[in-house]
Amino acid sequence: MINSRRTFLKASMATSMVAVAAGAGLLAPRDVLAAWPQKAFDAKKINTALEVLNGSSSTTNSNKITVEAPDIAENGAVVSVTVKTSIPNAESISVLVAENASPLCASYILTKQSDGFVTGRIKMRKTSDVVAVVKAGGKLLSAKKPVKVTLGGCGG
Amino acid sequence: MANKKIKIRAWTDKGKATVKAILFHPMETGLRKNKATGKIIPAHFITEVKCEHNGKTVLTCLWGPGVSKNPFLSFRFKNAKAGDSLKISWKDNKGETATTTDKIG
Repeated sequence: MINSRRTFLKASMATSMVAVAAGAGLLAPRDVLAAWPQKAFDAKKINTALEVLNGSSSTTNSNKITVEAPDIAENGAVVSVTVKTSIPNAESISVLVAENASPLCASYILTKQSDGFVTGRIKMRKTSDVVAVVKAGGKLLSAKKPVKVTLGGCGG
Repeated sequence: MANKKIKIRAWTDKGKATVKAILFHPMETGLRKNKATGKIIPAHFITEVKCEHNGKTVLTCLWGPGVSKNPFLSFRFKNAKAGDSLKISWKDNKGETATTTDKIG
């Protein structure tokens, strides 16, 4: 008797929690969010974002990473950023902007077939450093490039 | 509504493929306000982009709201030849998806 009651309670609690989460839009679509690091994108500081994403926030400057971005971006809504790296077996490339509301813009997960080259367009709120962090062999290597923004791209 | 189109252009040079793609998406951050009504425009952005070469994933992109509207993506990978298939698919935070398959030219 007691046992089955307990199981029933546990089961109903678990279901209701899932229902609440789904209701808040947290679980739709479930498989996306399993891979997508919500906390890293919610982080307000570069270090927090890196810690959630890679388990560590200590980065080493590397000359094997090149960040190509304009010196002056006229429109912060569209800033083209290219990250090139010659580091062998790079696992991921993350692009962060220090002054954005949420610094982590994009994270690219590479495979063995990848060539260490990624271009994307990001939004920048104001003049800031664009930081590229490459994860390779359990280490974090970074490079940055200052970009001057004349018109912010995050506001209305 | 979202115009679910992906434009792909891909070519090879000495076994290395270069891919350029534009994904059409509003990429709303959830921070912008509608000027007429003063209401916040809800966040709507691509969270995950998967690029597959002959059925094998070559690149997975995890994106946040900090990626520009109608995102442009370019990347390179090895061991490719003309005629190989290239599939790019995305999912956004509202659960919408789009997939486009193209041949490397």
